[in-house]
Amino acid sequence: MRKLLTLVLAVALLSSCSNSSKKTTEGKAVDLTAAGATFPLPFYNMVFKQYGEETGSTVTYGGIGSGGGIRSLKDQVVDFGATDGYLNDEQLTEMPGEVLHIPTCMGAVVIAFNIPGVDSLKLSNDLLEKIFMGDITKWDDIQITSNNEGVTLPAMDITVVHRSDGSGTTQIFADFMTKISEKWASQVGVGKSLNWPVGMGAKGNPGVAGTISQTAGSIGYIGSEFAFAQKISMAKVQNSAGNYVLPTIETISAAAQGEIPADTRIMLTNSSDPASYPISGFTWLIFYKDQAYNNRSEDQAKQTVDLLKWMVSEKAQNEAPKVHYAPLPAAAVEKAKAILSTVTYNGNPL
Amino acid sequence: MNSDKITRLVLSLGSFILIIVAAGMVYSLVMGSIPAFKTFGFKFIFSNNWDPTYGKENYGALPFIAGTLISSILALLISLPLSFSASLFLGEYFKGTRVARILSMLVDLLAGIPSIVYGLWGFYVLRPLMIELGIGSQGFGVFTASLILAIMIIPYATSLSNEIIAMVPNDLKEAAYSLGATRLEVIQTVTIPSAHSGIIAGYILSFGRALGETMAVTMLIGNSNKVPDSLFGTGNSMASVIANQFGEADGLKLSSLIAIGLLLFLITAIVNGIGKLIIKRMQ
Repeated sequence: MRKLLTLVLAVALLSSCSNSSKKTTEGKAVDLTAAGATFPLPFYNMVFKQYGEETGSTVTYGGIGSGGGIRSLKDQVVDFGATDGYLNDEQLTEMPGEVLHIPTCMGAVVIAFNIPGVDSLKLSNDLLEKIFMGDITKWDDIQITSNNEGVTLPAMDITVVHRSDGSGTTQIFADFMTKISEKWASQVGVGKSLNWPVGMGAKGNPGVAGTISQTAGSIGYIGSEFAFAQKISMAKVQNSAGNYVLPTIETISAAAQGEIPADTRIMLTNSSDPASYPISGFTWLIFYKDQAYNNRSEDQAKQTVDLLKWMVSEKAQNEAPKVHYAPLPAAAVEKAKAILSTVTYNGNPL
Repeated sequence: MNSDKITRLVLSLGSFILIIVAAGMVYSLVMGSIPAFKTFGFKFIFSNNWDPTYGKENYGALPFIAGTLISSILALLISLPLSFSASLFLGEYFKGTRVARILSMLVDLLAGIPSIVYGLWGFYVLRPLMIELGIGSQGFGVFTASLILAIMIIPYATSLSNEIIAMVPNDLKEAAYSLGATRLEVIQTVTIPSAHSGIIAGYILSFGRALGETMAVTMLIGNSNKVPDSLFGTGNSMASVIANQFGEADGLKLSSLIAIGLLLFLITAIVNGIGKLIIKRMQ
C-alpha cells in the first residue's frame, strides 16, 4: 500500500513539472525534487525560484503537507523533505538512514477573531484555555471583560473555528496550549489534528480565515504568513514573562533568542524571552546525512547541499520578511551551517 | 482476423481491465485497512471516539458514517419532490415544448457545475440565509450540507426518470385515455407503474452521488468529528474526513482513514445492491 502511494506521489510530483526528470546531467545544473509542508510554501517558492535563476538548477517543491514530506523522504523519492514539526526520536529510528534537520525560517500561529466593533483583544493563558475548551461561551463573560478594560464586548456566543485538515499550524498551537494549560494537556494534547472539545472545522488557512471573517463572534488560529498578508485582526497573547504581545516579524524572531540544541530540534512555543510572541516556531528541511541513496549521483548530492546552504544564507534569509516570515537568528544559522558541514556521500565528506 | 473477432477482442480486453481496476481498488483498500481493524476490531465501526492525539490514539468511524448517511438521506428526501415534479414536467406534461427544453438544459447544467462552486455558493449565500433564519450554529451543519447536496443531486434523478417517463409507450396511455381516464389517472395507473424501475434507479444513482460528495459538504457541514446531535448541529462525513486528514496522516490514522474509505465503498455497494433488488422485485 505504502509503495503504491509513494509511486502515485512520485509520478504526481514528477509530472507536475515536465522538465523535472531525475536524470542528472554532466554539467552543474541539476533538477532537485522536494516535498512537504505547506506553511513555508510562499517563502520556498520565492527562494527556490531565485536559486534556479542563479544556478540554472530547477527545484520542484510539492506542498503536500509535513506528513507527506516525511513519507517522501522515508521512501527516498525526494532530494529533501520539509516539515513544520521535527521528527521525534521514534520517527528518526524508523527512517532508513540518518536524517538531519535544518531550520529555514520562522513563523507563528496568530489568534484571529471577528467581534463586531472590537479591534483589539488581550488574551491571558487562562482565557485561551477557557475559550478553546468551551468553558467560556459568551464574549461579554466577566473573565474576558475584566482582562480587556476599555473594550466593549458584545453579548454574543463564542464560535471556535479550527483546522479540519491535519496541519503543522495546529501542532504548534496545541504545543503552546499544552504548555500553558494542564486541562488542555490531559484532555486534548498535541498533534497535527486534534479531538476538539468545541467548535467547527474549516480547511486550510484560507478556510479558517474565511469562516472567521464571515462569522460574527468567532475566534480561531491561523498561520502568521497568511494572517499578515490578509491583514486579519489578531489578539495579543500573554507570554511566559506575563507580557501581552502582538505577533510581528520581530516578536516572532525573539522567540528563538534562547539556547538552541545542536540538532535544532526544539519547539519554540512559550519562549522565555520577554519580548517574544509565544506561539512561534521553526520550520525545517529534512534530508539524509549520507546523500548516496536511490542511485543519486554525487553531483545531485552536491547540488542538494548547495541549495540547503543557500536557504540559510543571508541573501535568502533577508527575503523571508517579504513574504511575512521571520528570518532565523544568527545562532540558528550557525547551527544549521554546522549540521550541513557533516553531510557525506558514501561516507566521504562533500 | 475478421472484424467480428477484433471487436470481440477489444471488448473483452476493456472489460477485463475494468475488472482488474475494481479488484485492485478493493485489494488496496482491504490491505490498507487491516491495521485499523486489527487494533480496534469491529468496534471501529460503532465507536464514536475519534482521537488522533499521539499516545492515546483511538479511531472510530461512527461519527462519519452517521454524518454521511444522515446528510445523504436528508438530501434525497429534499430533492425527491423537486426532481419528481421536474421529471413529470419534462417527460409528460410539457414534453417536447420549448419550456421543457430550456428547463432540461438548466437541469443538465446543474450537473456540470463543479462541487467547489456549490460549496462557495453555499458558504456565501446559503449559510448567511441560515443564520438569518436562526438555523443551526452559525449556519453550518448537517442540514445546510443536505440542502446543497439536494441541489447537486437533482439533475441525476431528474434526467434519468425524465428519459424513462418519456419512453412509456403512447399506445398504453392512449388506451387509458380512451377508457375515460384523466391525465392524473393516466400518470398514476400507466406512466409511473411502467417507469418506476427507471425512476428508482435514478434516485439510487443520485443517492450514491450524495454519499461520496466531498468538497461542498466539507465547506458546510462544520467538520466536527462527532455524531451530529441534531439535524441542525455540526458533523462530518466519510469522504470529507478522508480528504481533510489524508495529507498529514500516517500509521494507524492512515489505516483508519483507508478503512473509512473501505466502509464508504461497501455502503455504496450495498445501496446499489438494494436498488437492484427493488428494481428486480418490481419488474
